[in-house]
Amino acid sequence: MTISEISPTASTAVKPTSVAALERITFDYGAERVLEDVTLSIEPGDFLGIIGPNGSGKTTLLSVLLGLRRPTQGGVRLFGTDVAAFRESHRIGYVPQKATAFEPRFPASVFEVVISGRVRRAGLGRRFGPADRAATLDALHTVGMQDVRNRLIGELSGGQQQRVFIARALVTHPDLLVLDEPTVGVDIEAQDRFYALLRALSLQGTTLVLVSHDIGVVAREVTRLACLNRRLFFHGEPGEALRSGALDNLYRANSVVVTHDHHHHGRSSRYA
Amino acid sequence: MPEILQYGFMQRALLGGLMIGTIAPVMGVFLVLRRLSLIADALSHVALAGIALGLVAGVYPFAIALLVCVSGAIGIERLRTSGHLQGDAVLAVFLSGGFAVAVVLISVGRGFNVDLFSYLFGAITAVQPSDLWLILGMGLCVLSAIVLLYKELFAITFDEECARLQGIPVDRINLLLTILTSLAVVIAMRITGVLLTSALMVIPAVTAVRLARSFRATLLLAVAASLAAVVSGMVAAYYFDLATGGAIVLFAIVLFAASFLLRRAR
Repeated sequence: MTISEISPTASTAVKPTSVAALERITFDYGAERVLEDVTLSIEPGDFLGIIGPNGSGKTTLLSVLLGLRRPTQGGVRLFGTDVAAFRESHRIGYVPQKATAFEPRFPASVFEVVISGRVRRAGLGRRFGPADRAATLDALHTVGMQDVRNRLIGELSGGQQQRVFIARALVTHPDLLVLDEPTVGVDIEAQDRFYALLRALSLQGTTLVLVSHDIGVVAREVTRLACLNRRLFFHGEPGEALRSGALDNLYRANSVVVTHDHHHHGRSSRYA
Repeated sequence: MPEILQYGFMQRALLGGLMIGTIAPVMGVFLVLRRLSLIADALSHVALAGIALGLVAGVYPFAIALLVCVSGAIGIERLRTSGHLQGDAVLAVFLSGGFAVAVVLISVGRGFNVDLFSYLFGAITAVQPSDLWLILGMGLCVLSAIVLLYKELFAITFDEECARLQGIPVDRINLLLTILTSLAVVIAMRITGVLLTSALMVIPAVTAVRLARSFRATLLLAVAASLAAVVSGMVAAYYFDLATGGAIVLFAIVLFAASFLLRRAR
């Protein structure tokens, strides 16, 4: 790790071509500081993993990045535009944490869920047209779920639901795909398919941001790694993070005890 | 023509009933899935306060109820989204508050008990020609708003955060949905009565949610269940001299019970 990487404010000159750029973000929930002076830029083609222990501010960072929350200090730019003025929402796909994403008995078919990603694209007061339906079938095909498009979303397994939500995020052909803890509650086999799908999307040029506490797997898959625990501890190549001991620092920083191995089936916690 | 259709009041009641039977369950599906089933109950009690106010003041009660109910809807939505109170607590305050205002006003003006009774429990003889035009006109407004915003309403109901991210004006559409609910409550009140209005929204909706294989099918099934209940309830009320609202809701409950059996059979 070089000095410039330890001091994130010096390292990341924001380029106009950046897909997303967070500049000196501080975020307070009441008296509690959740994020402190986080500067991070995401470049076209990056497959960025953001890791950190539970409660490290990862999800808050995402909501700031997506414009869902306004930071206490600092600025966010998406595709060169200030987030408050950003209107090209179709360029961003978002896959929420599966567990919190929906009511399990919701009476919606897989097709209806996926096409709902095109609402804004189709326009207010308009019905979905052939282009929307074609894009929906296309996205379902990409994630391998075209055969279950008429099933109820609640009838699918966790891994299948996850892929449906990815399809919903892909249905506007986004340049940036943001995923929040996507593998929680998804079995190992489905996780392998899931990462294969992300690799394929990355190869096609989609910029990916993946938030997880599942360090081992994430470090293996991504091309860039950001280690977050209130502050940004590291931003660079994953191999370097492992060699430099940044991960040890990350988890030791405020003695967070990592006790969520039951999700990982014991395969990912060796760096924690 | 069957005897039941020969009377003007019955024709009006049936026409109004068909309109209400279409709108109420559609609103109900959105409310049930967003865990806002109680909002219709709260709004109908607010509407009752409006009715009482109209009767005391000697102004067309329907119009006052409409005004009071829409203001109540806006108040509920503001308080609910401000985050200071739990959503269901807000509803409880408006429900009992509306009822309290109504009861006080009723005690002030003792002369209108019979009229009030028809608002509480619904009456097929109560739909005047002017009421019918209002019911049909407002009903069409509510229906066209739902049709126009169908995909936005689905996206918000299914996943509000993702809808917001897409740039859908979530807060404005939520407010509009609450206002539409208040309109539906006021129109339904004439036929089912204040106390049973929310039942016509919620029961067919939960019946459909249990059986349907898609969201579109849920809406259609809810409307079908509701129309079946409205028509059988009205016919039964006419021939056996029953309270209309109660008869309609009992038929809706029979259909709901049947959905359990149907689902078990699958």
